[in-house]
Amino acid sequence: MSEIHEPDAPQSTSDMAMTGRMDVSAALEGVDISETVSNIVFDLANVRVFYGDFEAVRDVTMQIGRNEITAFIGPSGCGKSTLLRSFNRMNDLIPGARVEGLLAYHGFDIYAPDVDPIEVRRRIGMVFQKPNVFPKSIYENVAYGPKVNGMKVNMDDLVEECLTRAALWDEVKDDLKKSAYALSGGQQQRLVIARCIAVKPEVILMDEPCASLDPIATAKIEDLMKELAKDYTIVIVTHNMQQAARVSERTAFFTADVDANGVRHGRLVEYGPTRRIFTAPHDPRTEDYISGRFG
Amino acid sequence: MTTTLDTAPDSAPVDLEGNGQPLVDKTFRWILFLCLAVGIIFLAVLLAYVTIKGWPRLTPTLWENMPSIRRPERAGAQSAITGTLWVIAFTALFALPIGFLGAVYMEEYANPASRFTRFVEINIQNLAAVPSIVYGILGLAIFARALALGQTVITAGLTLALLVLPVIIVSTREALRAVPQNIRHGSLALGATLWQTTWRQTMPAAIPGMATGTILALSRAIGEAAPLLLLGAVSFISFNPTGPFSAYTTLPIQIFNWTKESREEFQILASATIVLLLVILLAMNAVAILIRNRTQKRW
Repeated sequence: MSEIHEPDAPQSTSDMAMTGRMDVSAALEGVDISETVSNIVFDLANVRVFYGDFEAVRDVTMQIGRNEITAFIGPSGCGKSTLLRSFNRMNDLIPGARVEGLLAYHGFDIYAPDVDPIEVRRRIGMVFQKPNVFPKSIYENVAYGPKVNGMKVNMDDLVEECLTRAALWDEVKDDLKKSAYALSGGQQQRLVIARCIAVKPEVILMDEPCASLDPIATAKIEDLMKELAKDYTIVIVTHNMQQAARVSERTAFFTADVDANGVRHGRLVEYGPTRRIFTAPHDPRTEDYISGRFG
Repeated sequence: MTTTLDTAPDSAPVDLEGNGQPLVDKTFRWILFLCLAVGIIFLAVLLAYVTIKGWPRLTPTLWENMPSIRRPERAGAQSAITGTLWVIAFTALFALPIGFLGAVYMEEYANPASRFTRFVEINIQNLAAVPSIVYGILGLAIFARALALGQTVITAGLTLALLVLPVIIVSTREALRAVPQNIRHGSLALGATLWQTTWRQTMPAAIPGMATGTILALSRAIGEAAPLLLLGAVSFISFNPTGPFSAYTTLPIQIFNWTKESREEFQILASATIVLLLVILLAMNAVAILIRNRTQKRW
Protein backbone atom coordinates (compact mmCIF):
# COMPACT_ATOMS: atom_id res chain seq x y z
CA MET A 1 0.00 0.00 0.00
CA SER A 2 1.66 3.20 -1.08
CA GLU A 3 1.14 6.24 1.05
CA ILE A 4 0.03 9.50 -0.43
CA HIS A 5 3.30 11.12 0.61
CA GLU A 6 5.19 9.09 -1.97
CA PRO A 7 4.30 10.48 -5.38
CA ASP A 8 6.90 8.22 -6.98
CA ALA A 9 5.28 5.02 -5.85
CA PRO A 10 5.22 2.69 -8.87
CA GLN A 11 1.51 1.89 -8.89
CA SER A 12 0.44 5.49 -9.39
CA THR A 13 2.61 6.17 -12.43
CA SER A 14 0.04 5.95 -15.21
CA ASP A 15 -2.45 8.27 -13.61
CA MET A 16 0.11 10.55 -12.08
CA ALA A 17 1.64 11.22 -15.46
CA MET A 18 -1.56 12.65 -16.84
CA THR A 19 -3.34 14.34 -13.98
CA GLY A 20 -0.88 14.49 -11.13
CA ARG A 21 -3.59 12.89 -9.01
CA MET A 22 -3.18 9.79 -6.94
CA ASP A 23 -4.79 6.81 -8.60
CA VAL A 24 -7.52 5.68 -6.29
CA SER A 25 -10.05 5.07 -9.05
CA ALA A 26 -9.34 1.35 -8.90
CA ALA A 27 -10.37 1.38 -5.27
CA LEU A 28 -13.53 3.39 -5.81
CA GLU A 29 -16.55 1.20 -5.82
CA GLY A 30 -20.29 1.56 -6.10
CA VAL A 31 -22.47 4.03 -7.86
CA ASP A 32 -22.57 7.77 -7.60
CA ILE A 33 -24.66 8.92 -4.69
CA SER A 34 -26.41 12.19 -4.03
CA GLU A 35 -24.59 15.10 -2.39
CA THR A 36 -27.36 15.44 0.16
CA VAL A 37 -27.62 12.91 2.93
CA SER A 38 -30.96 11.23 3.34
CA ASN A 39 -31.81 9.26 6.48
CA ILE A 40 -29.77 11.47 8.79
CA VAL A 41 -28.30 9.90 11.95
CA PHE A 42 -25.98 12.69 13.06
CA ASP A 43 -26.75 16.31 12.33
CA LEU A 44 -23.94 18.70 13.20
CA ALA A 45 -24.47 22.45 13.12
CA ASN A 46 -21.52 24.74 13.89
CA VAL A 47 -19.88 22.19 16.20
CA ARG A 48 -16.78 23.42 17.99
CA VAL A 49 -14.67 21.31 20.33
CA PHE A 50 -12.48 22.94 22.98
CA TYR A 51 -9.78 21.69 25.31
CA GLY A 52 -9.83 24.42 27.93
CA ASP A 53 -9.27 27.63 25.96
CA PHE A 54 -7.85 25.83 22.94
CA GLU A 55 -10.31 25.41 20.09
CA ALA A 56 -9.34 22.06 18.56
CA VAL A 57 -12.15 21.87 16.01
CA ARG A 58 -13.97 24.91 14.66
CA ASP A 59 -17.32 25.19 13.12
CA VAL A 60 -18.20 21.84 11.62
CA THR A 61 -21.56 21.50 9.88
CA MET A 62 -22.35 18.15 8.30
CA GLN A 63 -24.81 15.26 8.24
CA ILE A 64 -24.02 11.59 8.58
CA GLY A 65 -26.32 9.09 6.90
CA ARG A 66 -27.73 5.86 8.19
CA ASN A 67 -26.10 2.58 7.10
CA GLU A 68 -23.39 4.49 5.33
CA ILE A 69 -19.66 4.42 5.93
CA THR A 70 -18.37 7.93 6.39
CA ALA A 71 -14.61 8.48 6.35
CA PHE A 72 -12.80 11.38 8.03
CA ILE A 73 -9.46 12.10 6.36
CA GLY A 74 -6.88 14.80 6.77
CA PRO A 75 -3.38 15.50 8.07
CA SER A 76 -2.39 14.85 11.70
CA GLY A 77 -3.70 17.41 14.17
CA CYS A 78 -6.67 18.41 12.04
CA GLY A 79 -9.14 17.45 14.76
CA LYS A 80 -10.80 14.50 13.04
CA SER A 81 -10.28 12.10 15.98
CA THR A 82 -11.35 14.80 18.42
CA LEU A 83 -14.56 15.31 16.48
CA LEU A 84 -15.17 11.56 16.30
CA ARG A 85 -14.75 11.21 20.06
CA SER A 86 -17.33 13.91 20.66
CA PHE A 87 -19.96 11.78 18.85
CA ASN A 88 -20.24 9.39 21.82
CA ARG A 89 -19.08 11.82 24.50
CA MET A 90 -15.74 10.11 25.04
CA ASN A 91 -14.26 13.61 25.16
CA ASP A 92 -16.05 14.04 28.49
CA LEU A 93 -13.26 11.91 29.97
CA ILE A 94 -10.65 14.55 29.17
CA PRO A 95 -10.71 17.28 31.83
CA GLY A 96 -11.48 20.65 30.28
CA ALA A 97 -12.95 19.30 27.04
CA ARG A 98 -16.28 20.81 25.94
CA VAL A 99 -18.44 20.96 22.86
CA GLU A 100 -20.33 23.97 21.52
CA GLY A 101 -22.88 24.08 18.75
CA LEU A 102 -25.46 21.44 18.03
CA LEU A 103 -24.52 17.77 17.75
CA ALA A 104 -27.80 15.96 17.26
CA TYR A 105 -28.36 12.22 17.15
CA HIS A 106 -31.74 11.44 15.54
CA GLY A 107 -32.71 15.00 16.29
CA PHE A 108 -31.72 14.87 19.99
CA ASP A 109 -28.87 17.06 21.18
CA ILE A 110 -26.47 14.60 22.81
CA TYR A 111 -24.90 17.44 24.81
CA ALA A 112 -28.21 18.50 26.35
CA PRO A 113 -27.93 18.69 30.16
CA ASP A 114 -30.36 15.83 30.83
CA VAL A 115 -28.57 13.36 28.52
CA ASP A 116 -26.78 10.46 30.22
CA PRO A 117 -23.42 9.83 28.47
CA ILE A 118 -23.67 6.16 29.47
CA GLU A 119 -26.83 5.79 27.37
CA VAL A 120 -25.21 7.65 24.47
CA ARG A 121 -22.22 5.31 24.51
CA ARG A 122 -24.40 2.23 24.60
CA ARG A 123 -26.04 3.29 21.35
CA ILE A 124 -22.88 4.62 19.75
CA GLY A 125 -20.02 2.14 20.06
CA MET A 126 -16.36 2.78 19.50
CA VAL A 127 -13.35 0.89 18.16
CA PHE A 128 -9.97 2.35 19.07
CA GLN A 129 -6.68 2.70 17.25
CA LYS A 130 -4.87 0.18 19.43
CA PRO A 131 -6.85 -3.04 19.96
CA ASN A 132 -7.76 -2.58 23.64
CA VAL A 133 -9.03 -6.03 24.57
CA PHE A 134 -9.69 -6.56 28.26
CA PRO A 135 -7.29 -8.77 30.24
CA LYS A 136 -9.93 -11.51 30.31
CA SER A 137 -10.98 -14.48 28.20
CA ILE A 138 -12.28 -14.11 24.64
CA TYR A 139 -15.76 -15.08 25.84
CA GLU A 140 -15.76 -12.56 28.68
CA ASN A 141 -14.58 -9.79 26.39
CA VAL A 142 -17.71 -10.18 24.28
CA ALA A 143 -20.03 -10.85 27.23
CA TYR A 144 -18.83 -7.84 29.22
CA GLY A 145 -20.90 -5.17 27.43
CA PRO A 146 -24.24 -7.05 27.61
CA LYS A 147 -23.56 -7.86 31.30
CA VAL A 148 -22.88 -4.29 32.41
CA ASN A 149 -25.90 -3.12 30.44
CA GLY A 150 -28.10 -5.71 32.12
CA MET A 151 -29.21 -7.28 28.83
CA LYS A 152 -31.29 -10.39 29.40
CA VAL A 153 -30.08 -12.68 26.64
CA ASN A 154 -28.72 -16.16 26.11
CA MET A 155 -25.09 -15.21 26.50
CA ASP A 156 -23.62 -18.22 24.69
CA ASP A 157 -25.75 -17.53 21.63
CA LEU A 158 -24.97 -13.84 21.68
CA VAL A 159 -21.21 -14.45 21.96
CA GLU A 160 -21.33 -16.85 19.03
CA GLU A 161 -23.45 -14.47 16.96
CA CYS A 162 -21.17 -11.48 17.57
CA LEU A 163 -17.96 -13.40 16.95
CA THR A 164 -19.47 -14.78 13.73
CA ARG A 165 -20.48 -11.31 12.57
CA ALA A 166 -16.97 -10.08 13.34
CA ALA A 167 -15.56 -12.92 11.17
CA LEU A 168 -13.67 -14.35 14.12
CA TRP A 169 -15.79 -17.32 15.24
CA ASP A 170 -14.08 -19.97 13.10
CA GLU A 171 -10.67 -18.94 14.41
CA VAL A 172 -11.54 -18.91 18.12
CA LYS A 173 -14.52 -21.20 18.65
CA ASP A 174 -12.38 -23.82 20.42
CA ASP A 175 -10.47 -21.27 22.52
CA LEU A 176 -13.22 -19.13 24.01
CA LYS A 177 -11.77 -19.54 27.50
CA LYS A 178 -8.31 -18.46 26.42
CA SER A 179 -6.97 -15.02 27.26
CA ALA A 180 -7.71 -12.43 24.60
CA TYR A 181 -4.05 -11.45 24.80
CA ALA A 182 -3.17 -14.71 23.05
CA LEU A 183 -4.74 -13.42 19.82
CA SER A 184 -2.87 -11.59 17.06
CA GLY A 185 -3.33 -7.85 16.60
CA GLY A 186 -5.80 -8.29 13.74
CA GLN A 187 -7.80 -10.88 15.68
CA GLN A 188 -7.82 -8.62 18.73
CA GLN A 189 -9.24 -5.78 16.65
CA ARG A 190 -11.99 -8.05 15.32
CA LEU A 191 -12.67 -9.15 18.91
CA VAL A 192 -13.05 -5.48 19.86
CA ILE A 193 -15.56 -5.10 17.00
CA ALA A 194 -17.44 -8.19 18.23
CA ARG A 195 -17.43 -6.76 21.76
CA CYS A 196 -18.78 -3.49 20.38
CA ILE A 197 -21.69 -5.00 18.43
CA ALA A 198 -22.63 -7.21 21.42
CA VAL A 199 -24.41 -4.28 23.06
CA LYS A 200 -26.43 -3.79 19.85
CA PRO A 201 -25.42 -0.22 19.05
CA GLU A 202 -26.72 1.66 16.03
CA VAL A 203 -23.48 3.44 15.22
CA ILE A 204 -19.88 2.23 15.31
CA LEU A 205 -17.16 4.88 15.52
CA MET A 206 -13.74 3.68 14.40
CA ASP A 207 -10.66 5.71 15.25
CA GLU A 208 -7.93 4.56 12.85
CA PRO A 209 -8.86 0.92 13.44
CA CYS A 210 -6.15 -0.44 11.13
CA ALA A 211 -3.29 1.86 12.14
CA SER A 212 -1.48 -0.90 14.03
CA LEU A 213 -2.33 -3.77 11.65
CA ASP A 214 -0.55 -5.34 8.66
CA PRO A 215 -2.12 -5.20 5.16
CA ILE A 216 -3.74 -8.65 5.41
CA ALA A 217 -5.40 -7.92 8.74
CA THR A 218 -6.38 -4.50 7.38
CA ALA A 219 -8.09 -6.10 4.36
CA LYS A 220 -10.09 -8.36 6.70
CA ILE A 221 -11.24 -5.42 8.80
CA GLU A 222 -12.21 -3.49 5.67
CA ASP A 223 -14.28 -6.41 4.35
CA LEU A 224 -15.89 -6.64 7.77
CA MET A 225 -16.74 -2.93 7.75
CA LYS A 226 -18.53 -3.22 4.41
CA GLU A 227 -20.45 -6.23 5.72
CA LEU A 228 -21.41 -4.43 8.94
CA ALA A 229 -22.54 -1.31 7.08
CA LYS A 230 -25.67 -3.20 6.06
CA ASP A 231 -26.88 -2.99 9.66
CA TYR A 232 -24.79 -0.29 11.25
CA THR A 233 -23.82 3.29 10.60
CA ILE A 234 -20.04 3.53 10.57
CA VAL A 235 -17.83 6.58 10.93
CA ILE A 236 -14.14 5.92 10.42
CA VAL A 237 -11.10 8.13 10.94
CA THR A 238 -8.22 7.07 8.73
CA HIS A 239 -4.84 8.32 7.59
CA ASN A 240 -4.92 5.93 4.70
CA MET A 241 -6.62 7.57 1.73
CA GLN A 242 -6.83 4.34 -0.19
CA GLN A 243 -8.76 2.90 2.72
CA ALA A 244 -11.19 5.81 2.65
CA ALA A 245 -11.61 5.29 -1.10
CA ARG A 246 -12.09 1.54 -0.70
CA VAL A 247 -14.64 1.42 2.08
CA SER A 248 -16.52 4.69 2.42
CA GLU A 249 -19.56 6.13 0.74
CA ARG A 250 -18.83 9.63 1.91
CA THR A 251 -15.60 11.36 2.79
CA ALA A 252 -14.99 14.44 4.89
CA PHE A 253 -11.67 16.18 4.43
CA PHE A 254 -10.33 18.12 7.41
CA THR A 255 -7.31 20.32 7.66
CA ALA A 256 -5.68 22.55 10.24
CA ASP A 257 -5.64 26.33 10.01
CA VAL A 258 -2.79 28.10 11.71
CA ASP A 259 -3.97 31.30 13.37
CA ALA A 260 -1.96 34.48 14.08
CA ASN A 261 -0.47 32.95 17.25
CA GLY A 262 0.72 29.81 15.49
CA VAL A 263 -2.01 27.65 17.07
CA ARG A 264 -3.57 24.96 14.88
CA HIS A 265 -7.34 24.65 14.66
CA GLY A 266 -9.00 21.81 12.82
CA ARG A 267 -11.73 22.58 10.33
CA LEU A 268 -13.85 20.76 7.80
CA VAL A 269 -12.84 21.70 4.26
CA GLU A 270 -15.02 19.56 2.08
CA TYR A 271 -17.56 16.81 2.52
CA GLY A 272 -19.29 14.75 -0.11
CA PRO A 273 -19.63 11.40 -1.83
CA THR A 274 -16.25 9.64 -1.76
CA ARG A 275 -16.16 9.18 -5.53
CA ARG A 276 -16.72 12.89 -6.10
CA ILE A 277 -14.18 13.95 -3.44
CA PHE A 278 -11.48 11.81 -5.01
CA THR A 279 -12.26 12.54 -8.67
CA ALA A 280 -13.60 16.09 -8.71
CA PRO A 281 -12.90 17.93 -5.45
CA HIS A 282 -14.30 21.44 -5.30
CA ASP A 283 -11.72 22.88 -2.95
CA PRO A 284 -8.10 23.28 -4.09
CA ARG A 285 -6.89 22.19 -0.62
CA THR A 286 -8.64 18.84 -1.01
CA GLU A 287 -7.15 18.52 -4.46
CA ASP A 288 -3.67 19.25 -3.08
CA TYR A 289 -4.05 16.74 -0.26
CA ILE A 290 -5.34 13.82 -2.25
CA SER A 291 -2.81 14.41 -5.01
CA GLY A 292 -0.03 14.33 -2.43
CA ARG A 293 1.13 17.92 -2.73
CA PHE A 294 0.83 18.52 1.01
CA GLY A 295 -0.05 16.73 4.20
CA MET B 1 45.37 -7.49 17.52
CA THR B 2 45.83 -9.07 14.11
CA THR B 3 44.88 -7.43 10.87
CA THR B 4 43.41 -9.53 8.14
CA LEU B 5 41.98 -6.83 5.94
CA ASP B 6 43.94 -4.83 3.40
CA THR B 7 44.15 -1.18 4.28
CA ALA B 8 44.28 1.70 1.89
CA PRO B 9 47.95 2.46 1.10
CA ASP B 10 48.18 5.90 2.70
CA SER B 11 45.70 5.48 5.58
CA ALA B 12 46.69 6.97 8.93
CA PRO B 13 47.06 4.51 11.85
CA VAL B 14 43.94 4.22 13.95
CA ASP B 15 44.28 4.24 17.73
CA LEU B 16 41.46 2.27 19.27
CA GLU B 17 43.05 1.72 22.67
CA GLY B 18 42.77 5.26 23.97
CA ASN B 19 44.28 5.97 27.39
CA GLY B 20 42.81 2.92 29.11
CA GLN B 21 40.25 3.18 31.93
CA PRO B 22 40.86 6.39 33.84
CA LEU B 23 41.84 6.09 37.49
CA VAL B 24 38.85 8.16 38.64
CA ASP B 25 36.51 5.72 36.99
CA LYS B 26 38.06 2.73 38.75
CA THR B 27 38.14 4.49 42.11
CA PHE B 28 34.53 5.53 41.88
CA ARG B 29 33.49 2.00 41.03
CA TRP B 30 35.19 0.73 44.19
CA ILE B 31 33.62 3.42 46.36
CA LEU B 32 30.18 2.45 45.10
CA PHE B 33 30.85 -1.20 45.75
CA LEU B 34 32.08 -0.46 49.31
CA CYS B 35 28.91 1.48 50.11
CA LEU B 36 26.85 -1.51 49.13
CA ALA B 37 29.16 -3.89 50.97
CA VAL B 38 28.87 -1.97 54.26
CA GLY B 39 25.11 -2.45 54.29
CA ILE B 40 25.22 -6.10 53.38
CA ILE B 41 28.05 -6.97 55.78
CA PHE B 42 26.33 -5.37 58.77
CA LEU B 43 23.09 -7.19 57.96
CA ALA B 44 24.93 -10.50 57.56
CA VAL B 45 26.83 -10.06 60.85
CA LEU B 46 23.61 -9.19 62.67
CA LEU B 47 21.80 -12.20 61.24
CA ALA B 48 24.68 -14.53 62.04
CA TYR B 49 24.98 -13.15 65.59
CA VAL B 50 21.32 -13.60 66.51
CA THR B 51 21.10 -16.98 64.80
CA ILE B 52 24.16 -18.36 66.59
CA LYS B 53 23.15 -16.89 69.92
CA GLY B 54 19.55 -18.02 69.68
CA TRP B 55 20.33 -21.41 68.12
CA PRO B 56 19.89 -23.48 71.35
CA ARG B 57 16.34 -22.15 71.73
CA LEU B 58 15.25 -22.45 68.08
CA THR B 59 13.17 -25.50 68.94
CA PRO B 60 9.42 -26.18 68.86
CA THR B 61 9.21 -25.06 72.51
CA LEU B 62 9.67 -21.51 71.19
CA TRP B 63 6.21 -21.47 69.66
CA GLU B 64 4.62 -24.20 71.80
CA ASN B 65 5.28 -22.73 75.25
CA MET B 66 4.06 -19.60 76.97
CA PRO B 67 6.42 -16.95 78.34
CA SER B 68 7.63 -17.57 81.89
CA ILE B 69 9.56 -15.40 84.29
CA ARG B 70 10.79 -18.17 86.56
CA ARG B 71 11.92 -20.71 83.96
CA PRO B 72 13.39 -18.88 80.95
CA GLU B 73 15.05 -22.10 79.74
CA ARG B 74 11.61 -23.54 79.01
CA ALA B 75 9.72 -20.35 78.17
CA GLY B 76 8.28 -19.76 74.67
CA ALA B 77 6.65 -16.98 72.71
CA GLN B 78 3.30 -18.51 71.84
CA SER B 79 1.18 -15.70 73.26
CA ALA B 80 3.29 -13.17 71.34
CA ILE B 81 2.86 -15.09 68.08
CA THR B 82 -0.90 -15.37 68.45
CA GLY B 83 -1.03 -11.75 69.67
CA THR B 84 0.82 -10.63 66.55
CA LEU B 85 -1.61 -12.57 64.36
CA TRP B 86 -4.64 -11.07 66.10
CA VAL B 87 -3.30 -7.53 65.91
CA ILE B 88 -2.25 -7.80 62.28
CA ALA B 89 -5.57 -9.34 61.30
CA PHE B 90 -7.40 -6.33 62.74
CA THR B 91 -4.89 -3.96 61.14
CA ALA B 92 -5.67 -5.52 57.75
CA LEU B 93 -9.40 -5.51 58.46
CA PHE B 94 -9.40 -1.74 59.05
CA ALA B 95 -6.61 -0.57 56.75
CA LEU B 96 -7.31 -2.53 53.55
CA PRO B 97 -10.89 -1.49 52.73
CA ILE B 98 -10.29 2.14 53.68
CA GLY B 99 -6.92 2.25 51.90
CA PHE B 100 -8.16 0.59 48.71
CA LEU B 101 -11.31 2.67 48.44
CA GLY B 102 -9.50 5.89 49.31
CA ALA B 103 -6.96 5.17 46.58
CA VAL B 104 -9.74 4.36 44.09
CA TYR B 105 -11.35 7.71 44.84
CA MET B 106 -8.09 9.59 44.38
CA GLU B 107 -7.15 7.79 41.18
CA GLU B 108 -10.44 7.15 39.40
CA TYR B 109 -12.97 9.68 40.67
CA ALA B 110 -11.25 12.82 41.96
CA ASN B 111 -10.42 15.60 39.54
CA PRO B 112 -6.60 15.51 39.47
CA ALA B 113 -6.40 19.24 38.81
CA SER B 114 -8.44 20.34 41.82
CA ARG B 115 -6.69 21.99 44.75
CA PHE B 116 -8.34 19.68 47.23
CA THR B 117 -6.97 16.58 45.49
CA ARG B 118 -3.47 17.98 45.41
CA PHE B 119 -3.71 19.02 49.06
CA VAL B 120 -4.78 15.51 50.08
CA GLU B 121 -2.11 13.96 47.90
CA ILE B 122 0.73 15.92 49.48
CA ASN B 123 -0.55 15.21 52.97
CA ILE B 124 -0.81 11.47 52.41
CA GLN B 125 2.83 11.50 51.45
CA ASN B 126 3.64 13.53 54.56
CA LEU B 127 1.69 11.12 56.76
CA ALA B 128 3.81 8.24 55.50
CA ALA B 129 6.83 10.01 56.98
CA VAL B 130 5.37 10.70 60.46
CA PRO B 131 7.28 8.76 63.18
CA SER B 132 5.39 5.74 64.41
CA ILE B 133 5.57 6.89 68.05
CA VAL B 134 3.30 9.81 67.10
CA TYR B 135 0.70 7.31 65.93
CA GLY B 136 1.10 5.60 69.30
CA ILE B 137 0.28 8.86 71.12
CA LEU B 138 -2.70 9.41 68.81
CA GLY B 139 -3.99 5.88 69.36
CA LEU B 140 -3.61 6.21 73.11
CA ALA B 141 -5.54 9.48 73.19
CA ILE B 142 -8.31 8.54 70.78
CA PHE B 143 -8.85 4.78 70.78
CA ALA B 144 -7.63 3.77 74.24
CA ARG B 145 -8.91 6.80 76.20
CA ALA B 146 -11.56 8.79 74.30
CA LEU B 147 -13.29 5.74 72.82
CA ALA B 148 -12.49 3.75 75.97
CA LEU B 149 -11.29 0.71 74.05
CA GLY B 150 -8.49 0.29 76.58
CA GLN B 151 -5.30 -1.69 76.14
CA THR B 152 -6.74 -4.24 73.76
CA VAL B 153 -6.12 -5.97 70.46
CA ILE B 154 -8.60 -3.68 68.72
CA THR B 155 -6.84 -0.51 69.88
CA ALA B 156 -3.55 -1.86 68.55
CA GLY B 157 -5.19 -2.91 65.25
CA LEU B 158 -6.78 0.51 64.74
CA THR B 159 -3.56 2.37 65.53
CA LEU B 160 -1.39 0.22 63.27
CA ALA B 161 -4.05 0.57 60.55
CA LEU B 162 -3.64 4.37 60.71
CA LEU B 163 0.12 3.88 60.58
CA VAL B 164 0.11 1.80 57.37
CA LEU B 165 -2.83 3.51 55.67
CA PRO B 166 -0.71 6.09 53.78
CA VAL B 167 1.60 3.36 52.49
CA ILE B 168 -1.37 1.27 51.31
CA ILE B 169 -3.01 4.26 49.61
CA VAL B 170 0.18 5.26 47.80
CA SER B 171 0.97 1.73 46.60
CA THR B 172 -2.64 1.07 45.53
CA ARG B 173 -2.70 4.31 43.55
CA GLU B 174 0.47 3.26 41.77
CA ALA B 175 -1.05 -0.13 40.94
CA LEU B 176 -4.20 1.53 39.55
CA ARG B 177 -2.16 4.02 37.55
CA ALA B 178 -0.27 1.14 35.91
CA VAL B 179 -3.52 -0.12 34.33
CA PRO B 180 -3.58 1.30 30.79
CA GLN B 181 -6.05 4.09 30.16
CA ASN B 182 -7.42 2.35 27.06
CA ILE B 183 -8.84 -0.48 29.21
CA ARG B 184 -10.98 2.07 31.03
CA HIS B 185 -11.96 3.77 27.79
CA GLY B 186 -12.86 0.43 26.19
CA SER B 187 -15.19 -0.31 29.07
CA LEU B 188 -16.76 3.16 29.19
CA ALA B 189 -17.28 3.14 25.41
CA LEU B 190 -19.49 0.05 25.85
CA GLY B 191 -21.83 2.01 28.08
CA ALA B 192 -20.40 0.79 31.41
CA THR B 193 -20.61 3.19 34.34
CA LEU B 194 -17.49 4.46 36.08
CA TRP B 195 -18.27 2.17 39.01
CA GLN B 196 -18.63 -0.90 36.74
CA THR B 197 -15.43 0.01 34.94
CA THR B 198 -13.52 0.42 38.20
CA TRP B 199 -14.93 -2.67 39.86
CA ARG B 200 -14.83 -5.08 36.91
CA GLN B 201 -11.84 -3.90 34.87
CA THR B 202 -9.47 -1.53 36.62
CA MET B 203 -9.34 -3.12 40.07
CA PRO B 204 -8.99 -6.75 38.91
CA ALA B 205 -6.17 -5.66 36.63
CA ALA B 206 -4.49 -3.84 39.53
CA ILE B 207 -4.79 -6.63 42.13
CA PRO B 208 -1.22 -7.96 41.80
CA GLY B 209 0.24 -4.50 42.43
CA MET B 210 -2.19 -3.89 45.26
CA ALA B 211 -1.32 -7.22 46.89
CA THR B 212 2.40 -6.50 46.74
CA GLY B 213 2.02 -3.08 48.36
CA THR B 214 -0.33 -4.45 51.00
CA ILE B 215 1.96 -7.26 52.08
CA LEU B 216 4.91 -4.90 52.40
CA ALA B 217 2.80 -2.48 54.43
CA LEU B 218 1.56 -5.21 56.78
CA SER B 219 5.05 -6.59 57.27
CA ARG B 220 6.05 -3.11 58.40
CA ALA B 221 3.19 -3.16 60.91
CA ILE B 222 4.29 -6.56 62.25
CA GLY B 223 7.73 -5.20 63.04
CA GLU B 224 6.47 -2.12 64.91
CA ALA B 225 7.12 -1.93 68.66
CA ALA B 226 7.14 1.79 69.48
CA PRO B 227 3.42 2.66 69.15
CA LEU B 228 2.39 -0.56 70.92
CA LEU B 229 4.64 0.23 73.89
CA LEU B 230 2.66 3.43 74.39
CA LEU B 231 -0.64 1.66 73.85
CA GLY B 232 0.12 -0.71 76.69
CA ALA B 233 0.85 -4.02 75.12
CA VAL B 234 1.34 -6.23 78.14
CA SER B 235 4.94 -7.16 78.91
CA PHE B 236 4.15 -10.48 80.50
CA ILE B 237 1.14 -12.44 79.37
CA SER B 238 0.80 -16.18 79.52
CA PHE B 239 -2.42 -16.69 77.59
CA ASN B 240 -3.46 -16.24 73.98
CA PRO B 241 -5.83 -13.36 73.08
CA THR B 242 -9.41 -14.53 73.11
CA GLY B 243 -11.01 -11.75 71.05
CA PRO B 244 -10.77 -8.13 69.94
CA PHE B 245 -11.11 -6.83 73.51
CA SER B 246 -8.49 -9.12 74.99
CA ALA B 247 -5.12 -8.04 76.37
CA TYR B 248 -2.23 -8.98 74.12
CA THR B 249 1.47 -8.85 73.45
CA THR B 250 3.32 -9.05 70.13
CA LEU B 251 6.67 -10.42 69.01
CA PRO B 252 8.56 -7.08 68.95
CA ILE B 253 7.22 -6.23 72.43
CA GLN B 254 8.15 -9.66 73.77
CA ILE B 255 11.65 -9.32 72.33
CA PHE B 256 11.98 -5.85 73.85
CA ASN B 257 10.98 -7.11 77.28
CA TRP B 258 13.25 -10.14 77.24
CA THR B 259 16.29 -8.10 76.21
CA LYS B 260 15.75 -5.97 79.33
CA GLU B 261 16.15 -9.01 81.56
CA SER B 262 19.61 -9.57 83.00
CA ARG B 263 19.70 -13.38 82.92
CA GLU B 264 21.60 -14.92 80.01
CA GLU B 265 18.76 -17.37 79.25
CA PHE B 266 16.47 -14.47 78.41
CA GLN B 267 19.07 -13.02 76.02
CA ILE B 268 19.21 -16.36 74.19
CA LEU B 269 15.43 -16.54 74.13
CA ALA B 270 15.24 -12.99 72.71
CA SER B 271 17.70 -13.87 69.94
CA ALA B 272 15.71 -16.95 69.00
CA THR B 273 12.53 -14.87 68.87
CA ILE B 274 14.24 -12.26 66.69
CA VAL B 275 15.12 -15.02 64.22
CA LEU B 276 11.50 -16.16 64.27
CA LEU B 277 10.25 -12.61 63.60
CA LEU B 278 12.77 -12.16 60.78
CA VAL B 279 11.70 -15.43 59.16
CA ILE B 280 8.05 -14.29 59.23
CA LEU B 281 8.95 -10.90 57.68
CA LEU B 282 11.21 -12.40 55.01
CA ALA B 283 8.52 -14.95 54.13
CA MET B 284 5.96 -12.16 53.68
CA ASN B 285 8.33 -10.16 51.49
CA ALA B 286 9.12 -13.28 49.47
CA VAL B 287 5.40 -13.78 48.83
CA ALA B 288 5.15 -10.15 47.69
CA ILE B 289 8.05 -10.60 45.27
CA LEU B 290 6.57 -13.86 44.03
CA ILE B 291 3.22 -12.22 43.27
CA ARG B 292 4.98 -9.39 41.46
CA ASN B 293 7.06 -11.72 39.31
CA ARG B 294 4.19 -14.07 38.53
CA THR B 295 2.00 -11.28 37.26
CA GLN B 296 4.44 -9.17 35.30
CA LYS B 297 2.79 -6.67 32.93
CA ARG B 298 0.51 -8.32 30.43
CA TRP B 299 0.22 -5.27 28.24
